[in-house]
Amino acid sequence: MSERRILHGRTVVPGAVEGEALVSHEPISGWGGIDPARGVIIERRHELYEVCFTGKILVFPSAKGSSGWSGFFQTTRLSGTAPIGMVIGRISAKSALGAVVTRVPAVTDLDADPCEVIATGDWLLLDNSTVEVTKR
Amino acid sequence: MFLTEDEKRMRDGSEGDAVAAAMDLLIRYGFALEADRLCDIRNVAGTMTQPSPVKARLVAEGGWDKAFAVINLDSDLDLSIPSMRVPTCQLQQGFGPDSVDIVPYPPENVALQEDAESFYGRHGVNILATCTPYQVGNLPLRGEHCAWMESSAVIYANSVLGARTNCEGTASTGAASLTGKVPCWGNHLDANRHGTHLVDVRGLKVESFQDWGMLGYFAGGVAGEDHPVIIGDLARPDLTELKHFGAAAATSGGVELYHIPGITPEAPTVEAAFNGAGRVPEAVVYGPAERRAMYETLNEIGSSDDVDFVLLGCPHASVDQIRRTAELLDGRRLSSGTELWIMAPRSLKVVADRSGYTAVIERAGGRVLADSCPAMSRAAPRGTKVFATDSAKQAHYLPAILGIEAWFGTLDECVDAAVTGRWNGALS
Repeated sequence: MSERRILHGRTVVPGAVEGEALVSHEPISGWGGIDPARGVIIERRHELYEVCFTGKILVFPSAKGSSGWSGFFQTTRLSGTAPIGMVIGRISAKSALGAVVTRVPAVTDLDADPCEVIATGDWLLLDNSTVEVTKR
Repeated sequence: MFLTEDEKRMRDGSEGDAVAAAMDLLIRYGFALEADRLCDIRNVAGTMTQPSPVKARLVAEGGWDKAFAVINLDSDLDLSIPSMRVPTCQLQQGFGPDSVDIVPYPPENVALQEDAESFYGRHGVNILATCTPYQVGNLPLRGEHCAWMESSAVIYANSVLGARTNCEGTASTGAASLTGKVPCWGNHLDANRHGTHLVDVRGLKVESFQDWGMLGYFAGGVAGEDHPVIIGDLARPDLTELKHFGAAAATSGGVELYHIPGITPEAPTVEAAFNGAGRVPEAVVYGPAERRAMYETLNEIGSSDDVDFVLLGCPHASVDQIRRTAELLDGRRLSSGTELWIMAPRSLKVVADRSGYTAVIERAGGRVLADSCPAMSRAAPRGTKVFATDSAKQAHYLPAILGIEAWFGTLDECVDAAVTGRWNGALS
């Protein structure tokens, strides 16, 4: 039997989605940090270097770097390479706008650190302000 | 989120579909931020003209109105874009016509961008075409609420000028340009502008351009998205040094606001920087060991000493930086296998042309280029494998964007590398 846990937080973009988690423990850069054509992280020193986020629920602590963040994630939507949901540790203007223009369900301000509780490969049910985590 | 009567009218379409779409985006964005309300702004720095494959496709489908609707308003509707409601400028963009035959960059992008400049100029966008609008005519006042993009410009506006802006994006600046509104959140509010981390420079004096960049890279690592306060052994900085410091801090972390007591306007004292609350945090020391660690981090992607490209002017160079580069290149000649570009706002290139600096740089084989940079346009001289720069930001980003090696050093070292084709930099 698989272990389950429900995290409670605040809706960033309304909606529900389920899928596999891709967890970054380091902040993510948009411009210069991802290649929207491939849906891949390209920052050389990043723990997810060359990892693809397309079709995954992206779990990350925060957005960093250029203000191109939202535009680059919007481009993943327009290119068919977007993640299907976002679980954001700490919201900022970049990640809030990025989630809005990626148009995927997104949540923040959870009652536990999502980057610690969730591991890559866990199955997530993201439903507005809650995240149900089923361990892999 | 609370909306005023005029904001509700905009939302409901009384000023047209494009303004309604802009207000819809601001409402979705304000919800995502949990903002209480919007604030009035009349200073927008955004991006509309830069070519991209997605933009080219949208323009082919429905013209610039379509591209603006999708990219700058996040709307799928067919909209007719009105004139900008408040003063709006275009930040850095792709390479322009002055780059043809110098920069390997698609000519169709140059043509698309010229078409964009014409469209947006007719709609009231000032084509400043620089990451440093504060150098060329958009200098917000202290306390002025703005909607700016470009992390290096945002941190400069907040910290050095005391203006108020979050690090906005393409869609929020687009929506702000048609409404004069942006969520009143984050850096717009007094309560969110005080320091959070203290960085104390000890055992060395920060006074060179290079040292300000390394200190910024360190401060960004310490503060993340928060607000470092820098004290200790600092020489009084100038515009170019704080331009470099801020760009570096916004690159290694997500810093949008810092204070240097006695220098930046909202921090007459250390206590004032921390809101006068008597809770000054314990200092993180920046000393010789931390300085060396920053230098080594910024140089860890360099291994070959054969430099084929030197890049200066990130963020875009001041006239003084162009002049200093000309002085160092005067009477010298670049190595046959090496190119040198210095990026600048086009209006400052005009000043450099008039002053004779451009001619000196070009006689040596270098170039002064406007509007863009290799990172924005993903373009460097053909065959570039190893580049050198005096910019911590560019040393951070360009290896990932172009898959090349990087050396980070002083302007003198970069010019020497351009002349000899070899990297001989070392931390002094």
